[in-house]
Amino acid sequence: MTGSDATAQGVTAPDTVKILIAGGFGVGKTTMVGSVSEIVPLRTEEPLTMAGLGVDDLNGIEEKRATTVALDFGRITISQDLVLYLFGTPGQQRFWFMWNDLAIGALGAVVLVDVRRPESSFAAIDFFERRRIPFVIGVNGFHGLHPYAPEEIREALALPDGAQVLLCDARERGSCREVLTALIDQLIATTARANGHPARTS
Amino acid sequence: MNGGDTAGRLVRPFTLTGGRTRPDRGDFTLITMVIAVDPPPDGSTRLQPEHGRILRLCAEPIVVAELATRLDLPVSVVSIMLCDLLQAGRIVVQPPRPVSRTTDLELLQKVREGLDRL
Ligand SMILES: Nc1nc2c(ncn2[C@@H]2O[C@H](COP(=O)(O)OP(=O)(O)O)[C@@H](O)[C@H]2O)c(=O)[nH]1
Ligand SMILES: [Mg+2]
Repeated sequence: MTGSDATAQGVTAPDTVKILIAGGFGVGKTTMVGSVSEIVPLRTEEPLTMAGLGVDDLNGIEEKRATTVALDFGRITISQDLVLYLFGTPGQQRFWFMWNDLAIGALGAVVLVDVRRPESSFAAIDFFERRRIPFVIGVNGFHGLHPYAPEEIREALALPDGAQVLLCDARERGSCREVLTALIDQLIATTARANGHPARTS
Repeated sequence: MNGGDTAGRLVRPFTLTGGRTRPDRGDFTLITMVIAVDPPPDGSTRLQPEHGRILRLCAEPIVVAELATRLDLPVSVVSIMLCDLLQAGRIVVQPPRPVSRTTDLELLQKVREGLDRL
């Protein structure tokens, strides 16, 4: 395989990293990706059968036509040599096989929650908890309403003490940026601790 | 000591590529960068039109997910065509930045600063 690697050929492309935006159907994943992305969120369609799903697994899918799964993504150029991609992941549990692929190499995840139906995001929370993928909860306040305090939501979702719960508005860039920043700060703190340094966040 | 030498050789190429392992053929992740080789290597065979389209789209570095969107094709299909092109020496690839939960403070701080500028 010598020569197929870009660096070996002296070609330079930016490094790439990704963050997943997860949560149930209609919680605002695509909206959030669009709010922070420098491009209109792009969409790719993945046929379920080709993505490695056995025929038997298709039995649970009511709609015959639902043979593809859509994946949204956006892009944030961090610097000349680093680009961050955001992937809005299909929320339903039946797409877990796909989350596995998506989760590989992800820095972490934002799980969006709609407090009117928080159960639609349970599967996503379970997924990241079980795989020990760092995540923060973004509570998307539809119509700008936030009837519950973060503490109440943390309790309702049975999250561990340290888990960050942020109230946000998926339509607002600044608000989405805060959620992403909270995730990165969490990663920085964990990494600094693992390296034996005190956390330094600004 | 011979054993030490062997171990050293096993580790060395990995270190030289900055901790990146070479991609397996067919191991194109959604955020793997793809770049056309320009000029094409000597003795290149003729390509199918779709392959030609891919090469034009990756004249500048582009990730697999974006390529799939531009081609309006599923990622899985695009990956297969990319394998062909890789085998033919028409593209080079750059795997995503490996994410380690414990070491890459510098990367995280860079992302943090990038978000602040958003
Ligand atoms: N009022 C309001 N509508 C929102 C908000 N976030 C998303 N929506 C709308 O809710 C619907 C579902 O959002 P979408 O981002 O497509 O959800 P997804 O299924 O998680 O990708 C869309 O019509 C959005 O415009 C919000 O914060 N407030
Ligand atoms: Mg969506």
